[in-house]
Amino acid sequence: MSESEKPVTLSSYYRLCAVVLLAVICTTSLMIFTSFAHIGEGWTLKLTLILAIAVVNAFLVAGYLMHLLSEKKLVYTILAFTVVFGIGLMGLTIWATNGFPPGTASH
Amino acid sequence: MDIPYTVQNRPDTGVYNAKIGIWLFLASEVMLFGGLFSAYVLLRVGADEGMWPHGWLNVKLGAINTLLLALSAITTLLAWAACKVRDFGKFKFFHACTIILALTFLCIKSYEYYDKFHHYEVQLKSGGYADGHFVKQSDDFDVTKHIGTITLHGHKVEDRKELMDLRTPAAQTAKHEEMEIPASDIVKLENYGPQHHTFTAIYFTMSGLHALHILGGILVIGYLWGPGSRMWKTDPERFTNRIEVSGLFWHFVDLVWIFLFPVLYLT
Repeated sequence: MSESEKPVTLSSYYRLCAVVLLAVICTTSLMIFTSFAHIGEGWTLKLTLILAIAVVNAFLVAGYLMHLLSEKKLVYTILAFTVVFGIGLMGLTIWATNGFPPGTASH
Repeated sequence: MDIPYTVQNRPDTGVYNAKIGIWLFLASEVMLFGGLFSAYVLLRVGADEGMWPHGWLNVKLGAINTLLLALSAITTLLAWAACKVRDFGKFKFFHACTIILALTFLCIKSYEYYDKFHHYEVQLKSGGYADGHFVKQSDDFDVTKHIGTITLHGHKVEDRKELMDLRTPAAQTAKHEEMEIPASDIVKLENYGPQHHTFTAIYFTMSGLHALHILGGILVIGYLWGPGSRMWKTDPERFTNRIEVSGLFWHFVDLVWIFLFPVLYLT
């Protein structure tokens, strides 16, 4: 059963929203702190950490606010296809970055 | 004629039709923004050493916008929950909050754009670069005819690379003051618009497309808050589903910002 079909009480949603908002504030603060902290050389480690925190933030929004944690199988199927095509889109682009036809690039 | 499955779930899909529709739409949106994010990755990885900007955007404003969008996502959810418990007054209140928060987001974004279009980088004939915000220009100022002067509030650097990372101690402690620059000393004058740098190009593209989504969301939510809310009297279940569907779109817009903020402002 999807979340939208469960009996709803406003008070339960107030609690949920307060927790999610608090978590979003914490994760956003953590991202900013990580961005300005002296962690490792260069930006690779920082970027990885910041994006990992962003993923947690996104999980909170998608999981709880969009009710993805309790959705129907068909919605998951659509999202699974999206993920596959999304990875294909990004992967193929990155894979083809240096794939210039012969004689068209000098670097 | 009744449109089927606007309220009841379809037996084969398990959800009402509009919900499948919005998820398919959101899937296409993921691909749209996914393409732009992969473009960002390629541009950033391909940038020359030390030539990718850091600290060009205002983190405080970005963080405020993040919280505004998070709050608006929450008020959207509460508006739907209010419909579910048949409290129309609370629905009106929460959706009004969503619209106000979204408009505030756009105001802040507009201010950031305004700031970028009034921020100039000037390559000087006498060597180095002047970088700062526009203050004034003489009436006869014409950079192509090399006449008149322009005044910026900022600082000068020797190497353009010094303008790329504004988080270095040197950039943080640089003394900013008014500089009157004669047009005859200008090789190139350019504001921080999309044409200025690969970063500003992708920044304006991604954040601009996101802002358009915010605008679209405001229009839809505004319609459902105003004239569209008449359906509440005739078919409250269907109206509640419309609020859920528009809410899913709004949460997606929030999700995109959750990644745009760290990618553009923090890294």
